[in-house]
Amino acid sequence: MSKKTLTFALMDAPYESENLTTAFRLLAIAAERGFTINVFAYEGASALAFAKQVPHPNPVHGKNVAEENHPTTKDQVAALLACAEENGGKVDWVNCGMCVDERGVNEFVPGTRRGSPADLHAFTEASDNVLVIPTK
Amino acid sequence: MSRYMLIESRDPFDSNDVAFTYGLACDLVKAGHDVALVLVQNGVLPARRGANADGLAAVIKAGVRVLADDFSLSERGIANARLTSGVEPTKIDVVIDHMAEGHKTLWH
Repeated sequence: MSKKTLTFALMDAPYESENLTTAFRLLAIAAERGFTINVFAYEGASALAFAKQVPHPNPVHGKNVAEENHPTTKDQVAALLACAEENGGKVDWVNCGMCVDERGVNEFVPGTRRGSPADLHAFTEASDNVLVIPTK
Repeated sequence: MSRYMLIESRDPFDSNDVAFTYGLACDLVKAGHDVALVLVQNGVLPARRGANADGLAAVIKAGVRVLADDFSLSERGIANARLTSGVEPTKIDVVIDHMAEGHKTLWH
């Protein structure tokens, strides 16, 4: 199959919805295929790549940070970018500027960038397909 | 004829909106289109054999290809052998397959 360009619009905030688990599963498959991936992260999803996320311990279960091994979405985003690059693809991950300003999450992991809804329009125009995963 | 992939992530016992997805799938088939309905997350719950799921049964009867994400099934302890007739377990890769083929895609 030829390399495709797929766009995903994500809306859910980190650590709240199974939608993001499914979204990252889909993104990982597209990355493993070396596809060109565009992501427009808006509303709560604009915090997915927020660089200041830190894993936490679980004192209730008596686990320290290493034992808890808590995943962060910023690491998942970074892993996605690395996976795409390893497979000859690329990811253009855009964090909605208005959304990050509202939330104070305008420090991103490297390889992602600030953008606007105009980027989603451009992504849509340039893509073979688009999947919008809205929040409930 | 167009090809569609509808993705249902919600449980019809929790969200009445699911009936609209089922209805859309049936209407598209009646209009001569090729339709796949992919069940993910809590959307797989009505795929259990014996569930009170007339809506999903109507979708299957209409000729929609109904697929259920195997990861979502496994998370919920639903074995493939417990699926109702007409529902196929699938890898989530099928969504990327459809997208790459340019099929019209809609998530609910």
